[in-house]
Amino acid sequence: MEAEKVIEVKNLVKSFGTREILSGISFNVHRGENVVILGKSGTGKSVTIKCIAGLLKQDEGSLKVFGEDVNELDEDALKALRCRLGFLFQSAALYDSMTVRENLAFPLKRVLKIKDKAEIESRCIEVLRSVGLEDAIDKMPADLSGGMRKRMGLARTLIVKPEIILYDEPTTGLDTITSKEISSLVLEMQEQYDATSVIITHDIPCAKITADRVMILHEGKCIAEGTYAELENSDNEFIRSFFK
Amino acid sequence: MPNQIFTAGLHNMADQVYFFKSFFRNIFKKGFEWEELFRQTYLIGYKSIGIITLTGFILGIVLTLQSQPTMKEFGAESYIPRMVSVSVIREIGPVIIALICAGKVASGIGAELSSMNVTEQIEAMEVSGANPVQFLVVTRILACIVMIPLLTIFADAMALVGGFTATVLSGDITAKLYFTNALTILDYSDLLPALFKTILFGFAIGFVGCFKGFTSNNGTASVGLAANSAVVTASVWIIIIDAIVVQVTNSILYS
Repeated sequence: MEAEKVIEVKNLVKSFGTREILSGISFNVHRGENVVILGKSGTGKSVTIKCIAGLLKQDEGSLKVFGEDVNELDEDALKALRCRLGFLFQSAALYDSMTVRENLAFPLKRVLKIKDKAEIESRCIEVLRSVGLEDAIDKMPADLSGGMRKRMGLARTLIVKPEIILYDEPTTGLDTITSKEISSLVLEMQEQYDATSVIITHDIPCAKITADRVMILHEGKCIAEGTYAELENSDNEFIRSFFK
Repeated sequence: MPNQIFTAGLHNMADQVYFFKSFFRNIFKKGFEWEELFRQTYLIGYKSIGIITLTGFILGIVLTLQSQPTMKEFGAESYIPRMVSVSVIREIGPVIIALICAGKVASGIGAELSSMNVTEQIEAMEVSGANPVQFLVVTRILACIVMIPLLTIFADAMALVGGFTATVLSGDITAKLYFTNALTILDYSDLLPALFKTILFGFAIGFVGCFKGFTSNNGTASVGLAANSAVVTASVWIIIIDAIVVQVTNSILYS
């Protein structure tokens, strides 16, 4: 039996001014699946996941998450939907006026409405332990290295136990070893938290480690879709060039 | 070209109206951020005390020293405390303190929110299901509305102390006589319009700072632009609000 479709994108079109970024892409993501979206810069990868998260509104096409049309939702329904989504930003987007503990407690207090300090503390420690950062609990984001910031961003995303995690270039700006560590961590966390993941990247080793299925975006369109091995050995020279 | 400027102006105005609506709606929404409001009142109020004390004190000294020769010429030296208190409390205190706070607070808020925008922190709040307007905007604007009047009252008091210091240095007067002279001249028609004005100044400083920061474009250059634009716009608003409030209160109180 085919797994439930958690994200359904049909003919998505999005323009900024006169520039068309997405020219009608369509794809589905099934529960428990890791989908990697590859593509050159400016092909609309980040725009796609921002549309999925409801941060951008598409011009045409339909976009359903958990069967609900994201653009049709009112403010409260969108908020409820976002509680089931996690988003790891390219820059990790840590709140730099707050400590690591406060960063983690922020969604717990506001999204899950947890008031009990002991529970907040134990959940913060648990998630920090799972990303290997338990010693950084009292540090400020400015005191963390690039890799630690990504781990911390991942911890803040995971703390609310989202069903879908959207990763916007999780390994950008990191050295090769740290990139591999983060990619393995993404996979580990996906297994541990049983989440569905959509990963935007142009880091091929990251795609190889994390992908169940790979999609290639080019000029706002999805030009290829398949497993990593299928696309790596594609007959199409242009598609193979992504994997060299 | 003039058409484009006109359209851009209309767009900006519409954005401000929408931002105000969003601010107002979120004041009454569930989950008010009291902790953040107290943190902001501390940052905006307590952290501005130093510059406000100095400005108020020097303002009192300068006003006294500047007016002394003229008042002496007319044999009206005993009116100096009254002149200082009325001019500081009704006009100079609120406007000068608001302009200083526009420089310190509005630019700070503009730069902070703009840099949060650039580093995707505001989007991160939004996508996590939290309410960034309630957390960032409502708390900052309300903190300004509360703290700017309090800072102005404090600065007015410092100006009277400064005026007293200048008078003591150049003549013989007791503190009791000085402050009795300075305060008995004041009535509600001096205090209430000034207080009302400072509340509006507080709103203008908070609102402009938040609007410029929240709606800034991406890119690091926008952080500086947001801070700069927040100071300039808030200062212009302060002058305009001052002119309107003086007109309105004069027509109510003295017609």
